[in-house]
Amino acid sequence: MKFLQSVHSGELPVAEVKFTNKELAAISELSSKLPRTALLSSIAAYEALLDAGWDKSFSPRTGFISANTVGGMDKTENFFNLFSKNSSAGKLADVVNHECGTVTELVADHLGIRHFVSTVSTACSSSANAIFTGARMIRAGLLDFALVGGADALTRFTLNGFNTLMILDKELCKPFDENRSGLNLGEGAAYLLIVSENGLKQLGKKPYAVISGYANANDAFHQTASSPEGTGSYLAMKQALNNAGLQPGEIDYINLHGTGTQNNDIAEGTAIRLLFDPSFPKMSSTKAYTGHTLGASGAVEAVYSILAIQQGIIFPNLRLQTPMKEFPFKPVTGFLRNQNIRRVMSNSFGFGGNCTSLIFSAA
Amino acid sequence: MHISYFLCSIKEYMKVYIRSAGNISPQHSLDTDSFFLSRLTTSNNYFKSEEPDYDSFIDSKMIRRMSRIVKMGVAAAMTCLKNAQVENPSAIITATAYGCLEDSSSFLRRMIEFDEKLLSPTAFIQSTHNTVGAQIALLLKCHNYNNTIVHRALSFENALTESILLLQEGTGPVLAGAVDEITDDSHTILSRFGLYRKIDNHLGNIDGEGAAFFLLDKDPGEKPLAILKGLQILYNPENTVAIQNSVLGFLKENETTMDQVGFVLTSHTGIKRQDEQDNELMNLLFEGKNYFPFKSLCGDYPTASGFALWMGAVMLKEQMAPFWMEHGPKFPLKNILIHHHSGNSHHSFFLISAN
Repeated sequence: MKFLQSVHSGELPVAEVKFTNKELAAISELSSKLPRTALLSSIAAYEALLDAGWDKSFSPRTGFISANTVGGMDKTENFFNLFSKNSSAGKLADVVNHECGTVTELVADHLGIRHFVSTVSTACSSSANAIFTGARMIRAGLLDFALVGGADALTRFTLNGFNTLMILDKELCKPFDENRSGLNLGEGAAYLLIVSENGLKQLGKKPYAVISGYANANDAFHQTASSPEGTGSYLAMKQALNNAGLQPGEIDYINLHGTGTQNNDIAEGTAIRLLFDPSFPKMSSTKAYTGHTLGASGAVEAVYSILAIQQGIIFPNLRLQTPMKEFPFKPVTGFLRNQNIRRVMSNSFGFGGNCTSLIFSAA
Repeated sequence: MHISYFLCSIKEYMKVYIRSAGNISPQHSLDTDSFFLSRLTTSNNYFKSEEPDYDSFIDSKMIRRMSRIVKMGVAAAMTCLKNAQVENPSAIITATAYGCLEDSSSFLRRMIEFDEKLLSPTAFIQSTHNTVGAQIALLLKCHNYNNTIVHRALSFENALTESILLLQEGTGPVLAGAVDEITDDSHTILSRFGLYRKIDNHLGNIDGEGAAFFLLDKDPGEKPLAILKGLQILYNPENTVAIQNSVLGFLKENETTMDQVGFVLTSHTGIKRQDEQDNELMNLLFEGKNYFPFKSLCGDYPTASGFALWMGAVMLKEQMAPFWMEHGPKFPLKNILIHHHSGNSHHSFFLISAN
């Protein structure tokens, strides 16, 4: 922990983006006084537009649908340091961007998008929901371009919150390992530009992948814990397959939610066994590379999923030594290339029982 | 020049019915008769909800852990479902601009006070923005679609857009709601921005809150409240003329003329600077029309359009104005236009009509 100021810095590993706010501000051309989440979001969102070759002169029916979980909380923490002792103290500039929606708008305004702007916040499944919100709007003919994804910076608020739940591993996380003992938090931002047929013509490019299915279901079990049988996870995966018109056997790779907590991995694995048994696709959790980036994780992992299709690669599930004894399958442990991956399922599950699965297919 | 606006058009063959609603607000809104009979006012610069006895809505073991926003949201949602006699909606979509402020503040304060040590997880657990939607699902054991939109003064509008799309896809009924709470900290901070009136008169802006849930469906069910005909969202419109043009386009799209709009619910706050645009629009578009500034009943907060939609819908259903309303519309009343805005950056228009 180099950038986040916390009393836990020596004891809890986190995956930080290795830039100071000043450096992020210089890259994004935004003020370094803005929330770190806005800076991260802006850089990734701009990169996605640049990579696609999107231009402001294209169809004005462009939307920006972004997810985050705590908005400008990093600045609000500064404000509360003073405000909690004296209610007339604290700089208002530190709370003016507190809302999740404000962080999205700072970026939308910077990119010049205003036709449709929205923010989704469903804890750790937030950006997966933002992705299919854009897909749905394109399917419905309301948008030609939807820049979708999410961002979250590390904050003391979330670090301490997860720490009180005793689900943070003091070592580097080991998703889907029998001896796993929690997650590592991370930070980041990721965006996809999804387009209609009309939008695709304007870009004049071949797409990386197609969003062919998605579903959102609720576990309705507990505010923070997953049900042991993984009801919500199962429903999300099953309904995403239905939405895509696919059978379980047609999935080539699952990018697992795989946080490394006892609870998530057993629930997710149980749901996978129920749905895919007896033939399991290749699967891995990529959280050991990025940490759990919360509101950004669905989008970060959508990028891993699309890379798998586009480049035929699967990133291994790091640090897996003893596969979980409950399951007949185990995640991929070595880097795989030259894979023929046509269809990928990406799982994102969050507090509040929010479970989302996305399915990406080769274009 | 392109005028930026977003129109979620409801397909011709489909009607979106507001089958029922549940509303907890600074008025007696859980019971429509009481709302029509008496108007509540406040001499403060904040206006808190008239909260019911929650025991009749929620399991008492769960109530203890819930903050006000969660209790208000859950009770409004349960009332809404009960009114339509629907047990489980096909989707739950919650809109909140600020989220669970009480629990966020409480966790922040303790984190700072105890230097990040010996913290209890309860406030953190309940602080996430999707807590209201999650608790509704938990109470109903509802495994269906569940989403939370947190986009400032367009949170509720964006949630409705998603609801309409779900209905078009064949998912329904959809439970959609708007919920935000006032806390001591939020009121102190927002007051420091100079948003609210300082002296005790009835002019000037007041801080508000509430929870309004609606059951939206393609099927009318029994005795629906109203029909949601159209929804238009404008983010950063260039000027009042741009707003005017897009409202006219919006009405045209919905095959309704301005003459057919019998009543307007406006966002006037009593602050001169903020109301300039409302007054301009009154002159440009709604001249001579009866209107009512709905924020005088629920206070000003980003998801106050939930209150306005409820108020318009019950007036259309009952075909009468509250007894205390001085310049009410003429009846029979067919169409109400709601203009919700926050500052000059976020505008929305709802067209609702009698069934």
